[in-house]
Amino acid sequence: MPETYDVIVIGGGAVGCMVARFLSRYRLSILLIEKEADIGMGASSANSAIIHAGYDPLPGTLKAKMNVAANLMWDTLAGELNIPFERRGDYVVAIGPQELPKLELLLEQGRKNGVPGMHIISAEEMRHREPNINPDVSGALWAPTGGICDPFAISIAAAENAVQNGVRILLETAFEDFIMDGKRIVGIKTNRGDFGCRWAVNAAGLYSDVVMHKAGVRPEFRITPRRGEYCILDRAEITVNNVLFPVPSEISKGILVTATLHGNTIVGPNAQDIEDKEDRAVTYEGLGELWDGAHKLVPSLSPRYVIAVFAGLRASGNAPCETPGVNYNHDFIIEIPNKVQGLVNLGGIESPGLTSAPAIALRVIEILKDAGEKLEEKPDWQPIRPPRPCFRNLPHEEQKRLIELDPRYGRIVCRCEMVTEGEIVAEIHAPIPARTYDAIKRRTWLGTGRCLGSFDMPRVVDILARELGISPLAITKKGPGSEFLVRPTKQVEG
Amino acid sequence: MALKNKYDVVVIGSGPGGLAAAISAKKYGAEDVLIIERDVELGGILLQCIHNGFGVEIFKEDLPGPSYAQRFINEAMSLKVETLLDTMVLEITPQRRIFASSKINGFVDIQARAIVLAMGCRERTRAQVRLPGTRPAGVYTAGTAQRWVNVEGYMPGKRFVILGSGDIGMIMARRLTFEGAKVERVLEVMPYLTGLTRNYVQCLLDYDIPLQLQHTVKRILGNQRVEAIESVRVNEKWEPIPGTEEIIPCDTLLLSVGLIPENELSKKAGVQLDALTGGPVVDNNFETSVPGIFAAGNVVHVYDLVDWVTEAGLAAGKSAARFALAERRREIRHIPLLAGHNVRYVVPHELDKQTLMEEEVRLQFRVKQPVEEPVWVEVHNENNLITRKSERYVRPGEMVTIVLTPRHYEEVERAGSLTVSIVER
Repeated sequence: MPETYDVIVIGGGAVGCMVARFLSRYRLSILLIEKEADIGMGASSANSAIIHAGYDPLPGTLKAKMNVAANLMWDTLAGELNIPFERRGDYVVAIGPQELPKLELLLEQGRKNGVPGMHIISAEEMRHREPNINPDVSGALWAPTGGICDPFAISIAAAENAVQNGVRILLETAFEDFIMDGKRIVGIKTNRGDFGCRWAVNAAGLYSDVVMHKAGVRPEFRITPRRGEYCILDRAEITVNNVLFPVPSEISKGILVTATLHGNTIVGPNAQDIEDKEDRAVTYEGLGELWDGAHKLVPSLSPRYVIAVFAGLRASGNAPCETPGVNYNHDFIIEIPNKVQGLVNLGGIESPGLTSAPAIALRVIEILKDAGEKLEEKPDWQPIRPPRPCFRNLPHEEQKRLIELDPRYGRIVCRCEMVTEGEIVAEIHAPIPARTYDAIKRRTWLGTGRCLGSFDMPRVVDILARELGISPLAITKKGPGSEFLVRPTKQVEG
Repeated sequence: MALKNKYDVVVIGSGPGGLAAAISAKKYGAEDVLIIERDVELGGILLQCIHNGFGVEIFKEDLPGPSYAQRFINEAMSLKVETLLDTMVLEITPQRRIFASSKINGFVDIQARAIVLAMGCRERTRAQVRLPGTRPAGVYTAGTAQRWVNVEGYMPGKRFVILGSGDIGMIMARRLTFEGAKVERVLEVMPYLTGLTRNYVQCLLDYDIPLQLQHTVKRILGNQRVEAIESVRVNEKWEPIPGTEEIIPCDTLLLSVGLIPENELSKKAGVQLDALTGGPVVDNNFETSVPGIFAAGNVVHVYDLVDWVTEAGLAAGKSAARFALAERRREIRHIPLLAGHNVRYVVPHELDKQTLMEEEVRLQFRVKQPVEEPVWVEVHNENNLITRKSERYVRPGEMVTIVLTPRHYEEVERAGSLTVSIVER
């Protein structure tokens, strides 16, 4: 009989990690599997880093409900997980008189969804609040509950807190199929062998359709990867202090210009439906599209300020909204389907998925209870994930004390983002060890500055090799096949 | 050697500009000169430039980078320039206070009379040339690859395409060929070579490495590791010409697409930068807009030859020494005026002793506590009374004045500070 768990979570994105974290409160044995070399490598780390207020989804949809419910949770959650989060509020900016009426519609929609505190501000007020704004602004919708976050930290901190509370996480472990006993799921097959379970949670993101089809559920459901490209701008060159959305289109919230917690400005995303679920390439045409969008809101932005480009894939589904009378075909799926037993099925969790993740996790708990699962709270559940020092955020006096305690915090490895060897080593030996360059990058923001890692890369490879006790040749950027180096010098191949 | 709290000249960076500045500062009379270097040894980027071509102007010799650096390192050591290695400067204030951090030296907080910025430059990255495509391992700047090959002893790939005909890129094309790698192509978006012609001849032509002008990388392919790049011909506006695309299989793309002066620290110090060069605005003494902060070498603008960086460093070091010595003289002449018993503060805060040679100086202050009986107002140099006067009473609400005159000069001249006190009679 294979290793057996009460619950196996398939997929270590923000949703999977939150589900594992919230379920870890109960007396359950839990396994989370992730096919990549680190958690949070999909859409969870390539997005706009926004905690949405909730005026955007259509009233009555699960998206709307989850978004608004989750938005309220983020202050507490960020405190418990010790992750950065700022409720800065956000704006939908109308440019020119023809866009102004759309703001009323959004305001109305937001009120129906239960978004608090929204109102429309004048063009003059908007120009005052964001001096970089397009002078043709005609007004803006202000939603004070919008927030910005560190998307990398969310999945990592949630997963780490889950591990603290007894959850087991296996990386580089890919789901292959379910093991069925009649109509009941009794386990899963992976590239690392079989695992038994009473419940499997489908949190496979882009691959959630593949996973549910293996259980024979919703054969008509299909995920279309919708690629969104982004540019990050150098904070030394320009700072936009607000979260600025354009008036949305039918298919997306449009290309926004937004502040990040690190002071950089981010531009994106566009929206292209593609076929390949792994195609995160940035395109020449796409970058042009970004600049058109960015200039509509902030004409003074320049491509010269770009320090990084990337693309993320939204897991866009085709599930109809189940609320009668709401005509919408891209809703979240959060269900325990009747067709099989033992499956918690999540699908189509695209934007506002990151925002909604904690509410989705609570909803999973609810539907498990409804299905008769006796969830018994653990008296020793620890909701607090202890923080680790972040050198650049400390005042000089505390930096000094930290270096006295551990001299490794004195060596700056990433000069742009001021990341120290101490922080890197701490992440390599953390509850979820960072074993690749990108894993360290997502945890420390090293290599995300204007030199894009040119300075730190050889040094990080060195530290990883030393700490993991392996050759620098075995160190990867993001898992097997992405090794940095090919051989020592002075060894000409035959 | 123990670190001092205060230095005449602190040089940030030990590349050719920094070494020259430190040497020159010493030669022009600066006593305490400190170099702060973030790497574990002196020399900066020269240490990984193991090719020759250095020193032709200054030494009339053709030296490899490390040898060129070593001559200056030796000179700096013989002049007793102090060094802090493996130490990163975190911040410089406009008042020339320096905060740095290090694994071996701990947290460093020192005051400089003059500073020479010699942080050099950094390489432009794929984001700055906006290269579309995937983000696999195998896309490196030429300088990062150079460090791996020449310092760490590892090959970052087997089949290379190099974007940019800058000098580092061409030199790396030859270096990688020596190490048994295949360099498929050097692509240059401009219609002309951006590096030196001698490097084109010695590094590309001699090794049959093709150079394609007016070509760029249209996209990078491969999810985990680079599998190929798509090259494309561009027109005069750098726009890709459809139909000229070519897939070039390779496992590594090196970028040699320009250098930018490294001025993050300068910005924090409030130094004014030139948008065109990316470096500080300097006068003919290489002094920046912040008095006492000088800048030399590639941190100011990117040079072609290291010899010229050295020359700039020598000039900046000389100016920094002059500034530091003037600052020292000023410090010796200026002594603090301290508040003693029952004195809240004294204005002026400092006394320029030379003033007293010719004219009187009025010291004004307020007391902390009222004294409703006659008191002495006294000015001391340590225990020696310099002057005193009588007041019938003192009250916090009423400012008190005492005057130093030229006849006090002789005693004040020997003082390190003066203290004003109220003494009850």
